[in-house]
Amino acid sequence: MQTGQELQSDVKEEKAMREIPIRDALREAMSEEMRHDPSVFLMGEEVGSYNGAYKCSRGMLDEFGPKRVIDTPIAENGFAGIGVGAAMMGLRPIIEFMTFNFSLVAIDQILNTAAKAHLMSAGQLSVPAVFRGAGGAAYQLGAQHANSFEHFYAYTPGLKVVCPATPYDMKGLLKTSIRDDNPVVFFESELTYSLKGPVPEEEYTIPLGVADIKKEGSDVTLITWSKNVFMTLNAAEKLEKEGISAEVVDLRTLRPLDKEAIFKSVSKTNRVVVVQEQHPVASFGAFISHLITTEIFDELDAPVGLVSSLDVPMPYSKALETVVLPSEDKIIEEVKKVLYK
Amino acid sequence: MDQELVSDLYRKMLLIRRFEEEAARLYTERKIGGFLHLYIGQEAVAVGALSVLESRDQVMTAYRCHGHYLASGGSPKAGMAELLGKDTGCARGRGGSMHFYDPEKNFLGGWGIVGAQVPVAAGVAFAQKYNNEDSVTLCFMGDGAINIGSFHEGLSLAALWDLPVIYLIENNHYAMGTPLHKTFPTEDLSIRALGYPMARDSVDGHDIFAVRSSVHAAVQRAREKRLPTLIEVNTYRYRGHSMADPAKYRTKEDVEQVKARDSIKVLGEKMISLGMDSIKSQIEQDIEAEIAEAVKFAEESPFPDPETATNYAYINNELY
Repeated sequence: MQTGQELQSDVKEEKAMREIPIRDALREAMSEEMRHDPSVFLMGEEVGSYNGAYKCSRGMLDEFGPKRVIDTPIAENGFAGIGVGAAMMGLRPIIEFMTFNFSLVAIDQILNTAAKAHLMSAGQLSVPAVFRGAGGAAYQLGAQHANSFEHFYAYTPGLKVVCPATPYDMKGLLKTSIRDDNPVVFFESELTYSLKGPVPEEEYTIPLGVADIKKEGSDVTLITWSKNVFMTLNAAEKLEKEGISAEVVDLRTLRPLDKEAIFKSVSKTNRVVVVQEQHPVASFGAFISHLITTEIFDELDAPVGLVSSLDVPMPYSKALETVVLPSEDKIIEEVKKVLYK
Repeated sequence: MDQELVSDLYRKMLLIRRFEEEAARLYTERKIGGFLHLYIGQEAVAVGALSVLESRDQVMTAYRCHGHYLASGGSPKAGMAELLGKDTGCARGRGGSMHFYDPEKNFLGGWGIVGAQVPVAAGVAFAQKYNNEDSVTLCFMGDGAINIGSFHEGLSLAALWDLPVIYLIENNHYAMGTPLHKTFPTEDLSIRALGYPMARDSVDGHDIFAVRSSVHAAVQRAREKRLPTLIEVNTYRYRGHSMADPAKYRTKEDVEQVKARDSIKVLGEKMISLGMDSIKSQIEQDIEAEIAEAVKFAEESPFPDPETATNYAYINNELY
């Protein structure tokens, strides 16, 4: 995994920067918001004494105590539901799923309770909760621990869905998510918790719904989110050496979706490849493709390309997992396809 | 016996009964859509239980929610308008029969997925404890909820964290059309409390004073000791599961036998024995007028503006 040093197109000013890993960026976001607002608390499996299954909450139990950093039993439906109820009363829970694979046993509380409370009560109730944790594949976790489920949540009106890649984006977007009055689902990745990048010393936030051009280019647009931003940037670098200038659009949030950024980039390059870790059928990438072909069809010089995981539950063996997941080579191949090369 | 209390209980139970009877009529006239789950027969449970709460306490229930809404002080006009899908409804026509809300009266709704409200109510109680309030949460559910995972996870966490919540199972003996003996091995549902563990009670839901005293003890336990309780209240619904259910899984005699102990009838007889005849008939007249007014209000109210169909998906009606 590359370090992501040069990936911070947001960070242009000469501010005091440090290199910190994503787990620390997330911890800073949560801790700062908890210092500002006594209604914010963190709840989940292993978040307290163990300092987080991936050490994202290191030291938080010591600072905030067991009232606000709460270890739970393995009962996702139960503690997700508690988060929803507490949020209805005006608290701002951060509910950590060790991974989003386990969120499925709590998904009713997120999709059917949290997402719909505001509508069903005609605005009398709101659920300012954040559900966060790792999503997507890591190294050889097998079929049940390697799911990319962001489209389940992005499908559901009432939820916001945030999928950042870099430490800078993780921190700024998590702070905004905690302050948001709607329920927010926030995706991280096991593979990038140690990934370091520049993060300012001083506090900052990033608005939801603003994509970030991680690399400018003129021949083709590559649209992606979450950790695949890094793979896509690597592919873009290789393409550059072949004389192909690729622009990399990091969506950062799927809901709200920065359609304007997508349309602007595609209107410039006239060719586009969406890179996702999802399976292809009924996926978020398929929706982006639909948006582009219905909204700016005339701007396209080729059909929208899509790089996805293969349509199979994730097999365990490294030899197979590598083949199932998107790769730099697959991205390059798809780019050449839309360039008719 | 406190005449003011008796009058209030009688008034609220009768209000629910008459509201539901009118709702049934409007449903058969196809003015109400979707599912309509009536509370007729169970009135003493919501009215008795809520009568021992303070105004700062919170209430949550499942989809058979009209009675709890009205017993919380929800407006019959806004409730009836909600059933008709009107903009003046208690959820502006967005909720429907299963999703009544009135947070100003601390009624947090009306939830449609069996058992899902159990952890959510624990979360409401969690917030009360987190904020160092001495308020409590009362969460209703049907007997059909006691086998689903969210019930167990909610009770487990409520007990683990000493949350000020009272879980009240309204045992009307049928989960839709399935009789209890097919889904639970004994008759005492309160034994579910043993494993978490939490305090428990089992009470006759036709006796509104028994309901009051059981819930009162649980409320004191929650308020003073921050401890949860599971209460089973034995009750009965006279109608089917919903208006779509003819309830052929039981006999007419079964229902008539229970109706002989009808809580409204019994309390009405008590009022007469207490010499409260004129108060009783005044209440009955007032309720008739109130229900007629509610129906008129609902029928005359406007539907929501179609332009607002996507409102309330997000805060401030933003769309993404």
